[in-house]
Amino acid sequence: MNSKYTLLVCDGASCKTTHKANLAAGFKKVIAEKKLGEFVSVVKTGCFGICGQGPIVKVLPDDLLYVSVKQTDIEEIVEEHIKNGNVVKRLLYTDPFTQEPVEKQKGKKIYQKQFRIALRNCGLINPEDITEYIAVRGYEALASVLADKTPIEVVELMKKSKLRGRGGGGFPTGLKWEFTAKQPGNEKYVICNADEGDPGAFMDRSVLEGDPHSVLEAMAIAGYAIGASQGYIYVRAEYPLAIHRLNIAMEQAREYGFLGKNIFSSGFDFDIDIRLGAGAFVCGEETALIHSMEGQRGEPTKKPPFPSVSGFRKKPTSVNNVETFANIPAIVLNGADWFASIGTENSKGTKVFALAGKINNIGLVEVPMGTTLREIIYDIGGGMVNNKEFKAVQSGGPSGGVIPKEHLDTPIDYESLKQIGSMMGSGGLIVLDEDDDIVQLAKFYLDFTQDESCGKCTPCRIGTKRMYEILDRLTKLEGSPDDLDILEDLAVNIKNSALCGLGQSAPNPVLSTMEYFKDEYEAYAYRKVKHTYSIITDKCIGCTKCARVCPVECISGSVKVPHVIDESLCIACGACYTACPVNAIEKP
Amino acid sequence: MVNIKINGIRIQVPDHTTVLEAAKKVGVHIPTLCHLKLDDFGIVNKVSSCRVCVVEEIGKPSLIPSCSALVYEGMNIRTDSVKALNARRNNLELLLSNHPFDCLTCAKNLQCELQSLANELHITEIHAKGEKMFYPIDKSSNAIVKDPNKCVMCRRCETMCNEVQTVGVLSAINRGFGVVVAPAFNIDLADSSCTYCGQCVAVCPTAALIARSDIQKVWRALANERRHVVVQVAPAVRVAIGEMFGMAPGTISTGKVVTALRRLGFDAVFDTNFGADLTIIEEANELVHRIQHGGVLPMLTSCCPAWVKFFEHQFPDMLDIPSTCKSPQIMLGAIIKSYYLKNLDILPRRLKVVSIMPCVAKKAEGARPELSKDELNNVDYVLSTRELGYMIKEAGIDFANLEESEFDNLLGESTGAAAIFGTTGGVIEAATRTAYEMITGESLGNVDFKQLRGLEGIREATVKIGSLDLKIGIAHGLGNARKLLESIKAGTSHFHAIEIMACPGGCIGGGGQPYHHGNQEILKKRQDAIYAIDKSLPRRKSHENEMVLKLYDEYLGAPYGEKAHDLLHTCYTPGERI
Repeated sequence: MNSKYTLLVCDGASCKTTHKANLAAGFKKVIAEKKLGEFVSVVKTGCFGICGQGPIVKVLPDDLLYVSVKQTDIEEIVEEHIKNGNVVKRLLYTDPFTQEPVEKQKGKKIYQKQFRIALRNCGLINPEDITEYIAVRGYEALASVLADKTPIEVVELMKKSKLRGRGGGGFPTGLKWEFTAKQPGNEKYVICNADEGDPGAFMDRSVLEGDPHSVLEAMAIAGYAIGASQGYIYVRAEYPLAIHRLNIAMEQAREYGFLGKNIFSSGFDFDIDIRLGAGAFVCGEETALIHSMEGQRGEPTKKPPFPSVSGFRKKPTSVNNVETFANIPAIVLNGADWFASIGTENSKGTKVFALAGKINNIGLVEVPMGTTLREIIYDIGGGMVNNKEFKAVQSGGPSGGVIPKEHLDTPIDYESLKQIGSMMGSGGLIVLDEDDDIVQLAKFYLDFTQDESCGKCTPCRIGTKRMYEILDRLTKLEGSPDDLDILEDLAVNIKNSALCGLGQSAPNPVLSTMEYFKDEYEAYAYRKVKHTYSIITDKCIGCTKCARVCPVECISGSVKVPHVIDESLCIACGACYTACPVNAIEKP
Repeated sequence: MVNIKINGIRIQVPDHTTVLEAAKKVGVHIPTLCHLKLDDFGIVNKVSSCRVCVVEEIGKPSLIPSCSALVYEGMNIRTDSVKALNARRNNLELLLSNHPFDCLTCAKNLQCELQSLANELHITEIHAKGEKMFYPIDKSSNAIVKDPNKCVMCRRCETMCNEVQTVGVLSAINRGFGVVVAPAFNIDLADSSCTYCGQCVAVCPTAALIARSDIQKVWRALANERRHVVVQVAPAVRVAIGEMFGMAPGTISTGKVVTALRRLGFDAVFDTNFGADLTIIEEANELVHRIQHGGVLPMLTSCCPAWVKFFEHQFPDMLDIPSTCKSPQIMLGAIIKSYYLKNLDILPRRLKVVSIMPCVAKKAEGARPELSKDELNNVDYVLSTRELGYMIKEAGIDFANLEESEFDNLLGESTGAAAIFGTTGGVIEAATRTAYEMITGESLGNVDFKQLRGLEGIREATVKIGSLDLKIGIAHGLGNARKLLESIKAGTSHFHAIEIMACPGGCIGGGGQPYHHGNQEILKKRQDAIYAIDKSLPRRKSHENEMVLKLYDEYLGAPYGEKAHDLLHTCYTPGERI
């Protein structure tokens, strides 16, 4: 025992809630008991990204990650690793390809191709301690901007960096700031859009939980650039940990004089307040978000006028997304040229993706623009679960589309994704394998959008409902080939004529799946799909597990005798499929 | 001015022109549904939600709503591209797919803008059928029936209720397919602070919001031989009802209305204008009394029942400033049920009073408990202008070619001062004519107080009456009324008298009038006709109405006296704001 260890314990929402573990407290207790306090410090940090393997504990300076750490493992880690210097091999991350345990974090393929700008401090610093942020050059960007640059120069810097909005639209941030800055009047606002609502997306949450100060700092820089002295963070109420940490961070920043009056004695005043969203997906749309903040019904209005001209309280307002903000201090510190050197021609920098679905490494990854889907899924994501065959990936959440196998080598950026019928969106990537039903997937998303529609415009309010009804009909084998034409007409019309971005992009999951997997739609429409589960007699061991979970009791059979499903009663819920220990159930 | 191209046609139009307006200039028609723009009355619905007017802007991926998209230099529009046509038809089909097809028995049959659109776009099949909304119908109030299942979410009613009237009862609730316009928490209208102004009814393109029908009750009363049924007609009815029979807007059909009412079987046909003259005598006396005896000023008019309900709910702490005068219809009802009744040899309950009103709120007013005596309402049934039109049609009366006749005496006599009650500024002008002569004791030569006329939402004028500078305020539309009341409350404005009418334009734009379908020229023509009636009459001051004077002589005694108070004045009750 010769060096001082630091244990970085992930305290992101995912790790924190898994097994309800308060690992940091556990470590502290055991370390105190063993009287090792002077050799080890325990730090709670934000997300490491590999949430599927959480809770994560990182040991410095060894650069070693323990995964799926439980309370009961604490004793062993402290005793073996801290005291005796032996790695606890059974808790190491296993490479899905080599099946070998990996010791060094840098040695993991999952991290090799990543490039962290927005997530640069997540999993590295304690988000509840401003001094840790300051130690990694926190608030230096704000200080340098206030000392050396005019607001116009800040806008020019952003334009030169070619940073684009990470919330989905991809609008150049510098231009947005420029429009807002050029508007007359003294009352302007900066709004941070933290109403992350895509199913399966949690990049903004991770940034807010793991590195809240970077967002506050960037908002102050934005305020200086556009001439605003007040900022608001519109964050969904379902993110209590993020809100808690933002409140701590704002308080600390005010204490240090990084927020408030006369910041860094520059004469620049800026403060930030939080507005809670009440859980409406559409409030991620900037005009709806502003209405919600004003106490109105969260509904989009027609653009123009854009918020840069008439936004919050009818004043010029720049609405930027959390991840966009998180990039900004790094751009200021490292220069626009540095940022613009990363990525593709029109999409600069990196993008955080939330990997989910049938992939080994579920979690957050940040890669340079232009990385191919294949690299993300196979190199970083660790490939498909159980080595099943890749079918497609849904990118951009409910507003995006599926990307099939033939486009796996597409370098990801705003334009290329649009070209293949999907979109960047906020960065959700849901990986599908051969078992996944593409029409059911489309139905899932339409169910989501028709429910989340604000109901203002006709195509979205009634159109998405009708699309959902058709998909529901098809998947219940009650549809007809005509339904496919009607579905496509509806989708095209909604895309063309809906009022806001939510409505216009709502049909994307259907349009893209219809383009690449038309055969699956046709199978439903012509009722060629087997609609019930069945038991493969040769494989069945008669364990009765399936019969016990069947909610409609349509499975019969005696113990140790192959069971049978009454297909006339089966509702295709899939409970038996999940319960079967020997893969003896055949899917529809 | 900007240069744009619509369907290949080049045109120069002013800045801030909408694509819809520009298209109209080159003879291109674009269908609309949620669109509503009555600039001169301060009414614009800018939600752009129905997407029935979308057009293609060349070079833009998404279609744009022509009703609200503004032109700019170099804009290139196609209203007739397949993409735009498909979207318009598809959106209309979607609206129809969620609409109850009870058109044959619908209150808005052949008056429905959705129905007209379906005809215009020749929709013969609905491709994407599915679930329809299923909400209970709100029949809780005495004035308005709300059927959410017919709502197309055009939000016109919401604009009227919130922006124009600032009543704030109607707004969108729920989300997704379940979205509908309703009071907060979907409570019943009767439990809300709805004023029943009926402006939502006036602008609703379908029958989602309609006035309650009382036609059947009136037929029943007319059919009962033991009933003595008398009717009175409000000033704004006679300048609008002709529209229902193909007559030009603004046609004055007073005499035809009287003939038609007699043919329908009413036992006597009286004129609410008599009640209006009576109101002026009482109101002018009250005003002069307040001015001369240091009473509360300003005095606010109280003829408009929606306005009365508005201040009861919104300004419950200011109930001492409105005039205590009942409205003309209720005053006349009270006189019919007392003075007129005493010469009839019938049981009081067998005398029924029917009012024909341009108004929805008058229906609710008729049912107010304090406006009854000995458990008999001053007015029994209130029909809207539209309902009278329907009755005349049902009875097969050729209204347009009807001969004219006179109201029955003596409650049929009226002056020009009463006629102008039907428009904004009219009541206060009539009151000024009388107050002038009362205060100065001189005869007023020119009775036209032009400074009190017009369509601005809030108007102020000072009228020199002897040594007194009478400061007058006028507001039409409850939103404007609110501004005026707030300035009084804040002590920033000082008036002697204020006239308020709830509907934009006054009673000519009432919620019970024939539908104007967004054409403000119709409203202006009605207003012109009101002033034309005033000008055409030999007597134009209420206190010169000989029959009114006779009524005081024979029955009421002194104006603003004890008996007058008993019959012609009322009180107000504070309400809640929800």
